Amino acid sequence: MREEELSERAEEVLARLWVAKDERGEAACPLSEIATEDRDAALAELLESGLVDQDAETVSLTRAGQTEAASIVRRERLAERLLTDVLDLGETRAAEEACKFEHLLRRGIDDEICTLLGHPKACPHGSPIPPGECCRAGARSAGTVISALADLTAGQTGVIAYIHGRRRQLTQRLLAMGAVPGTAIAAVQTSPAHVFQLGEAQVAVDRETAQDIYVRITGKQGAPAPPAPWFGRPFRGLRFRRGRRGRGS
Amino acid sequence: MLVGSPNVGKSVIFNDLTGRYAVVSNYPGTTVEVCRGQARVGDVLLEVVDSPGTYSLVAVSEDEQVTQRLLTEERADLVLHVVDAKSLGRMLPLTFQLIEAGVPLAVDVNIIDEAERAGLSVEPEVLAEELGLPVVATAAARGVGMDRLRALLGGEPPPRSGFRVQYPEAIESAVSRIVDLLSGDYGIARRAVALLLLQRDPSTWERVTRFDPGSVVNIERIVMEAEAKRGNPVGYAMAVARQKEAGRLASRALIRNRRPVRRDFREVLGALAMHPLVGIALLAAVLYFGLYLFVGRLGAGVAVDFLDEQVFGRHVNPAVTAFFNRMLPWPALADLFVGEYGVITLGLRYALAIVLPLVGAFFLMFSLLEDSGYLPRLAMLVDRLFKRIGLSGRAVIPIVLGLGCDTMATLVTRVLETRRERIIATFLLALAIPCSAQLGVILGLLSLHPAAMAIWVGVVSGVFLLSGFLAAKLVPGETARFYLEIPPMRWPSARNVGAKTLARLKWYGAEIIPIFVLASVLIWIGRLTHVFQAAVAVMRPAVNAIGLPDSAAEAFLFGFFRRDYGAARIFDIHGGGAVSGVPLVVAMVTITLFVPCIAQFLVMAKERGLRAAVAVGAIILPFAFGVGYLLNLVLTSLHVRL
Repeated sequence: MREEELSERAEEVLARLWVAKDERGEAACPLSEIATEDRDAALAELLESGLVDQDAETVSLTRAGQTEAASIVRRERLAERLLTDVLDLGETRAAEEACKFEHLLRRGIDDEICTLLGHPKACPHGSPIPPGECCRAGARSAGTVISALADLTAGQTGVIAYIHGRRRQLTQRLLAMGAVPGTAIAAVQTSPAHVFQLGEAQVAVDRETAQDIYVRITGKQGAPAPPAPWFGRPFRGLRFRRGRRGRGS
Repeated sequence: MLVGSPNVGKSVIFNDLTGRYAVVSNYPGTTVEVCRGQARVGDVLLEVVDSPGTYSLVAVSEDEQVTQRLLTEERADLVLHVVDAKSLGRMLPLTFQLIEAGVPLAVDVNIIDEAERAGLSVEPEVLAEELGLPVVATAAARGVGMDRLRALLGGEPPPRSGFRVQYPEAIESAVSRIVDLLSGDYGIARRAVALLLLQRDPSTWERVTRFDPGSVVNIERIVMEAEAKRGNPVGYAMAVARQKEAGRLASRALIRNRRPVRRDFREVLGALAMHPLVGIALLAAVLYFGLYLFVGRLGAGVAVDFLDEQVFGRHVNPAVTAFFNRMLPWPALADLFVGEYGVITLGLRYALAIVLPLVGAFFLMFSLLEDSGYLPRLAMLVDRLFKRIGLSGRAVIPIVLGLGCDTMATLVTRVLETRRERIIATFLLALAIPCSAQLGVILGLLSLHPAAMAIWVGVVSGVFLLSGFLAAKLVPGETARFYLEIPPMRWPSARNVGAKTLARLKWYGAEIIPIFVLASVLIWIGRLTHVFQAAVAVMRPAVNAIGLPDSAAEAFLFGFFRRDYGAARIFDIHGGGAVSGVPLVVAMVTITLFVPCIAQFLVMAKERGLRAAVAVGAIILPFAFGVGYLLNLVLTSLHVRL
């Protein structure tokens, strides 16, 4: 836990190092690759705080540095997600603003934003968002704006915000079937499979696929629900959308 | 050529246009069925092709690949895009892709009756004007609008549409650069080819490497540039752009001017069928009425009895036997035709009197279920369970088909997405799914002893689940995902059901009759050379070990040729009183689990490879007898009375 705040330039260097390590697999990053302003001052700061190790040619993160860096990257990408999905800024502008936005976020708020956004797994460019405690706990709040389809309760309506496309063919097929960002859907059933209403048709997907479809909730906000036991939520899932037996969410 | 998504009523339109003059065949090199027929419109004779259902020109499955090939290689004079009226907004993106492809195009907005029930009315003129294409509205299942459709088909080919979807700048520039690099003849407009390449459609890439090999590297570079810095493939942004346009058009051409009609029986049934508890009860009902009563009692009991005892027993067999004995003085030769295992007295008799009526009844029931829209709901219900045995809900189709004919089902496993699924499904089909002929015999026999029936059902389903579970652990690979559109429940169209059943029966008849004849010939040879007797002698100890009489050994040997052959043989023996009670149940369980029939084995070898097929057989053979042995042990030591 850090008591003093890091300077912006130091945070930027940490973020670069994290990207290099996590995405390109290089533990040590050559100095030449870090071309930020005030780089040397930043490195000095980081060295002093014990967050990096430096030798003649390269810089690498310490354990403490890794945790700190992951947190920074997480905040930045969550900010991007927030600006793109909720505030609808468009990809390029969101990327620009997110950088500055992120520096303003204090740790702790990122978990709240993450919950609000339904624990997104990647930024709009596809880069992974390091998970936080809230993701592992599957937290949900009453104010959740964006949620994975898998976490919707029967009767909730929403508009598809984006599809986290881990499998190309699957994404392609979902898009072709009409599950396109911007389309309104309603959750019909959650057990034994997730069924949603897409216009006048119904589509069934399994839980794994439902976890990849992110929806901006528009109606019938559910109260926070506990994480589902492994066999699903048979009683919650039995409510039907057109409410012949609906008890409301 | 008819093109459209699944469940839009293409086949109804096809049948209406072509009447009886239709042929269902596999597209060369695939298991995908393509219907071709002739239609008389006015005084013109048209050739009509019904393509497999597809959601997009980008081909994800084999079905869709075939549709793409039909479009590009067969160059139809007119492509009719059939759409579901009430989902117009979701269907139009494919229309746009077809317009981009530059094929002569017209649109048929079908199932307007269901749209009206939902309170939606269609404005075909508005749509026609926006798209620049001829549009007709029909409800083909009720015959509404078919005369307008015929008028359209009999008329002049439509002009090219000027409609165009504008994609984001980056994509449009990539498209024009790719178009400049294409020089081959692809059967569709170059713009469409470029768009398909950007979406990484494998078939199109393969064609480009054939027709424009020099440009491949450059095109690859352009595509990669377009993909850079995007979290999602290019197709994602294109889908969003198309959907926006489609939404705009649909809001003009499809108007909600009434409240939806109250839910009727079909909708209620549809919703209930998806409810886990009710759905299972419904499945049990379907299994009971459809399988047990219809196939088992009616098929095995009534039809088979009639054909077997009356037609063959009383008339055909004696007449034929007398005839051959007179014509052929050599008993050995006459034996080939009319002996105990004769081609006619046994082979043809089994094929026509026992197996065919059962399979026919099964296919009829299956087609009914398929047409009503029940099967996707069943797939949804079992998906979670199937995931435990390494399959996804989609596998419900080949598994259920396997209850009709395992050989056909093994072919159908092709539609499963992942290799792992295909292997596990093939294995389970070979091990624990009895085909309808076998089922008919078994159900017919065991129905007299309800306790025996329960044991059989319990043991076989237990083996199915357990071996599936083990297979899921052992076979490497990724799990398939499940996603499926659930169509509304509809009354099955008699014509459709009839056509499908007939087509399947024809396929089956063409397959089994030669094999039964071949089996008889092989047995005859085997007996003459005493190989058959030797094989039976070898089997006898194994058979005895599981508590069955010697005569059952023959039945198992028959089981090598056709599982139904084997089960039917036990039917014969039982009639003679030699097998009943505990040995009967043991026999039924063992023969159900027994190795696949020769036809299925051949198909397995073709689809999964010879090594896989042999491995499956080698595992199953001792396993089946092992289970039989255990069951016998358990039942006798518990002094179970049956």
